[in-house]
Amino acid sequence: MAIFLDETTKVVYQGLTGSTGRYYGNLNREYGTNIVGGTHPKKAGTDVDGMPIFASVADAKAETGCNASCVFVPPPAVKGAVMEAAEAGMELVVVITEGVPAHDEAWFYNKLITDYPGTRLLGPNCPGIIGPGKANIGITAGHIAKAGGPVGVVSRSGTLTYQAVYELKEKDIGVTTSVGIGGDPVPGTNFIDCLAAFEADPETEAIMMIGEIGGSAEEEAAEYIKANVTKPVVSYIAGVTAPPGKKMGHAGAIVSGGKGTAKAKMEALEDAGVKVGLNPTEAGDLMAEIVKTL
Amino acid sequence: MDLFEYQGKQFFAEYGMPVSPGKIAFSVDEAVAAAEELGTPVMVKAQVHTGGRGKAGGVKFAATVDDVREHANNILGLDIKGHIVKRVWIEKASDIAEEYYASFTLDRSAKKHLGMLSKEGGVEIETVAEENPDAIAKIWVDPVVGLSEADVRGWIAAANLPEAAVEGSVDILQKLYTAYVEGDADMVEINPLILTPEGVVHVLDAKVTLDGNSEFRHPDYEQYDATQTRDEREAAAHAKGLQYVGLDGSVGVIANGAGLAMSTLDVVNQVGGKPANFLDIGGGANADVMAGALEVINNDPNVKSIFINIFGGITRGEEVAEGIIEAMKRVKIDSPIVIRLDGTNAQQGRDMLEPHLGDALMMEPTMLSAAEKAVSLVAG
Repeated sequence: MAIFLDETTKVVYQGLTGSTGRYYGNLNREYGTNIVGGTHPKKAGTDVDGMPIFASVADAKAETGCNASCVFVPPPAVKGAVMEAAEAGMELVVVITEGVPAHDEAWFYNKLITDYPGTRLLGPNCPGIIGPGKANIGITAGHIAKAGGPVGVVSRSGTLTYQAVYELKEKDIGVTTSVGIGGDPVPGTNFIDCLAAFEADPETEAIMMIGEIGGSAEEEAAEYIKANVTKPVVSYIAGVTAPPGKKMGHAGAIVSGGKGTAKAKMEALEDAGVKVGLNPTEAGDLMAEIVKTL
Repeated sequence: MDLFEYQGKQFFAEYGMPVSPGKIAFSVDEAVAAAEELGTPVMVKAQVHTGGRGKAGGVKFAATVDDVREHANNILGLDIKGHIVKRVWIEKASDIAEEYYASFTLDRSAKKHLGMLSKEGGVEIETVAEENPDAIAKIWVDPVVGLSEADVRGWIAAANLPEAAVEGSVDILQKLYTAYVEGDADMVEINPLILTPEGVVHVLDAKVTLDGNSEFRHPDYEQYDATQTRDEREAAAHAKGLQYVGLDGSVGVIANGAGLAMSTLDVVNQVGGKPANFLDIGGGANADVMAGALEVINNDPNVKSIFINIFGGITRGEEVAEGIIEAMKRVKIDSPIVIRLDGTNAQQGRDMLEPHLGDALMMEPTMLSAAEKAVSLVAG
């Protein structure tokens, strides 16, 4: 079992008519994701490489019964796209788009929590989610993950997610689900949501958590692990050597006022019983040792 | 994007907040002319993107035009925490009875906006938070619900502001929240917010950080982008649309994705090297972007070897390979390149690079081995 999606998840792509949406829509379809089509308010009735275009997410749902959406629209349109998907009753909304204003994110995060509790938002600025062998929603290269578990992966960084699942595959270790929560200040789904889902998922027997400097999400996750997670957790935190006050690409990745350092995060995690690797390879080795004992 | 104080005040003024009249000056003569126009006494204030200006001697009271000349002369060119003062703000001086603190920022844990208000302004809020946390009244605002006047009144009461400051503060704090939201700010801070002996509440300082992602709906923010402090390397990278942070080592780093780029710095350090920079070519980087990134790194005289670490998701291996080959044709790369390439279409990219491998370009199978190789090349 994968968390948040499976082979029956029916996905509509908002932004399928754009070049990026089309490229990854095709890759996701080849992977086996159940794609029902895309949306565009003015292109209903046309198709993108055989994938039908609907005027709206609501229309797509009425026609196909889709229950998830993947958003590739440009930053100014993301707020509208997320709300359109939520209003249409999508259970999972995956926003790949990078560069969404923080105030928009904070707004639709709170709007969804209050008015659309049945909708799970993943992202923005995330690589998406992959249940190896089942479905791939987003921009992860599907072949880098081995199917079948027993490891669940959750990460704040796109490319480090790939690195992590790839390190596992090199060691012949499979992944139940790999979730990229994204590096923005207000991620729709956070570490704790994923830890809780992995803890509840019978196929997931160990958890790999990839964090980075900035904010306090890793510290909060450590608290949660201490109190609620019985499965072994391995972690890696990027940015051990990042200088304070310099924003490292992600909106969230900054050490400021002595807060958000990798050291503090690693200590909090170790204190919660998590095995912490100093680089992705070491984290992979630590996980391999754990998997041997399962 | 960090705004200078004077830009922050202009930004606040657009939302109807009371700020003092003033003028920006780039030279002593301009400062004197500004003071003559405004009428003394004035404040002479260094404009830099860092705090602690007062302690560093960057903020001075000038009773006369001669004082202005002297202070401007001392402050222009002053080094405040590595920031050289290139401009001073000449502002009509205010009488101060009391100093408060007010700010809004995003509380990432609570996922709500956080307002902080304190009767103990004029000092760094971190100091107040440490020494007397009860002196800070906090309010969390749901962005969907917004901040009502009643909320603001309750917040002011919690901060124990004196009666004389209440009405003025209610007005300013509501406008501050509007500026924060409508202006797409990451942070707005007034320190100090003052009460004058006449009982007027007034904005005496402005610290504003705007969200660069919101520029599409604020085309005028381009003016602030132009005044960001960047070193030469950072400016060149920024012009090419690259996420670049200058560091002081000798291994030039290019990676795709902020996380992998940070991780690359970590690994270079772990194998005994020092990175020269953080450079994220971003998702979907094509050949042009890679060529531009290599040019930026190549122009850094400290760089002795270059480590390109790519794990393609949205970035495709063949595009990366094409970019490297193209860049090597376009400019003479002075340092040897070590590349590690995995992910989307990686094999295709590796095959393209194969015929170009040699002393100038080396390929390694893993992140760790590539880092070791790049670091060993620095030593010669």
